[in-house]
Amino acid sequence: MKRFLAWLLLVLFLFSAPLLAASKSIILATTTSTVDSGLLDVLIPIFEKQTGYKVLTIGVGSGMAMAMGKRGEADVLLVHSPKAEEALVAGGFGINRRAVMHNDFVLLGPLDDPAGVKSLNGAKAAFGKIASGGVFFISRGDKSGTHAKELSVWPAKTVLSNLWYLESGQGMGATLMIASQKKAYTLSDRATYLSFKDKVKLVILSEGDTALLNPYHVIEVNPAKFTKVNAEGARAFSDFIVSPAIQKVIAEFGKEQFGGSLFFPDAK
Amino acid sequence: MARSSLAEACFFLMQNNFLEISEIIFLTLKVSGTALLISVVFGISLGFFVALRTFPGKKILVTAINTGMGLPPVVVGLLVMIFLWRSGPLGFFEWIYTPIAMVIAQTILATPIIAGLTLATIQSVPQKMIWQARALGARGWDLVWLLVRETKLSLLAAVMAGFGGIISEVGAVMMVGGNIKGETRVMTTAIVLEAQKGNINFAIILGVFLLALSFSVNLGLTLIQQKVRKS
Repeated sequence: MKRFLAWLLLVLFLFSAPLLAASKSIILATTTSTVDSGLLDVLIPIFEKQTGYKVLTIGVGSGMAMAMGKRGEADVLLVHSPKAEEALVAGGFGINRRAVMHNDFVLLGPLDDPAGVKSLNGAKAAFGKIASGGVFFISRGDKSGTHAKELSVWPAKTVLSNLWYLESGQGMGATLMIASQKKAYTLSDRATYLSFKDKVKLVILSEGDTALLNPYHVIEVNPAKFTKVNAEGARAFSDFIVSPAIQKVIAEFGKEQFGGSLFFPDAK
Repeated sequence: MARSSLAEACFFLMQNNFLEISEIIFLTLKVSGTALLISVVFGISLGFFVALRTFPGKKILVTAINTGMGLPPVVVGLLVMIFLWRSGPLGFFEWIYTPIAMVIAQTILATPIIAGLTLATIQSVPQKMIWQARALGARGWDLVWLLVRETKLSLLAAVMAGFGGIISEVGAVMMVGGNIKGETRVMTTAIVLEAQKGNINFAIILGVFLLALSFSVNLGLTLIQQKVRKS
C-alpha cells in the first residue's frame, strides 16, 4: 500500500510538473473563420518565435469573443463585427482598434439554385428571393460576425420563420457542412468557403455587393479596466499583425493552395 | 477502388500529421491519466468513508454521490469555466485554457463515478465479514486493506468506469480548455474540430486511435483484474 502510494505521488508529480510550467502567455479571442481557414496556424508560430509569448487562441464566434473582451477574459481580439466592435471601444472595454484585413461574404447554395437567385442583382434581392422561395436557409445563429452581417442583409420586414430559416448555432465550417447536406442556402466568408470548396456541394450564387464586405479588426482589451489583462502581450500581438511583413504574409496566404488570396491586408 | 483510395488517404494523412497526432494522444493520456489518478484517490477514499461510517446526513450524501455519477459534462464545464475565468473566484490561478482546467473538470466528473461504485461495492460486502474481521482485531487501515483485497475486482471495474467517463468526454474539456492546438487539444475535441472542418478522414483516424487507446487501457486494467481473480 505504502509503495503504491509512493508510486502514485511520483507519477502525479511527473504529470503535474509540465502542466504548471506556463510562462508568459496571451489569450487571443477570435472568430472561427481565422481558425478554420488555417491563417492563424501560419501567423501564430511566427509571432511566438519572434516574441517568446505563448498564444492561447480561443476560436469562437465574434459575439463570444467580444463578450470575453467585455469581461476581461481575453487580452486581444481579432474580430469582424464592426458595429459591436465600435460599441465595445465606446464602452471603454477595448482600445487601439486597428484595421487588419478584409475579405468578403458570399451567398452560397446548391448548384441547381432552386430559388433562382443567381441572375439577380445585389445581395438584398437575392436574400429576398430566398425568403419567399420555399428553400432552406442555414443561419449561424450564434451572434458571430457572419450572423450579424446576414441579419443586416435581409430586406426589411422579412419574417425569419423557422419553417425555412434554420439556425445551426455552430462555427462556419460546421454550418457549411450542414447547408451542403440539406441542400440549403447560407452566407459564408469567402476564406472559409474556399478552404471548404472541395468538401461541400455549394456554389457561389451572389457576390461582389459592397453590403457583403467583411473587415477584420484587432482590438486590445483595456488594461485600465481589467488589471489581469496582459497589456504588453496584447500590444505586441496587435503591432505584429499590422506590421508590413505580416501584412504581406496575410496577402500571400492561401494563394498556393486555393489559387487566390483568402484575405486582403488593410493596415495603414 | 473507393476503399483502397480511402485507405491511401488515411495512410497519407497519418504520415503527414504523425507529430500532431502523437502530440494529441500524449496530451489526452496526460490529462485523463492525471484526472483518473486524482479521482481514484478521492473517489475510493470517499466511497470507503461513506460505506463504513455512520453519520447524520449520510443518506443525503449517498444520494448526492449517486447523482454525481450522471453529471452532465457541459454543466461541469460551465461551472469550472465560471470559477476559473479571470473574473471568477479562482481566476488568480490563471488556469483557464490550460490542461490543469481540463484535469479539474474531468476529476469532478470521474470522482463521483468511482466513489459511487466503491460505495456500492463495500456495502455489498456481507456485514458478517466486517464484524468477524473486527472481532479478530482488524482496525482502521487493516480493515480497509482487507476490504480492498476482497473487492479488488469490483474496485478495478469502478476505475474503468471512471476512465471511460472522462476519456470519451468532449463538452467540458472544450469549454475549459478552449481546444488550443498543441496546448489543450485532446482527441475528442480534435475529432469535433476536424469533422467541422470537413476533414472526415482525419477525424476517422483520430476516432480509431481513441478507440484503440481506450481499448488498451481497459485491456491493461482487465488483465490485472483477471490475474487477481486467478490468484
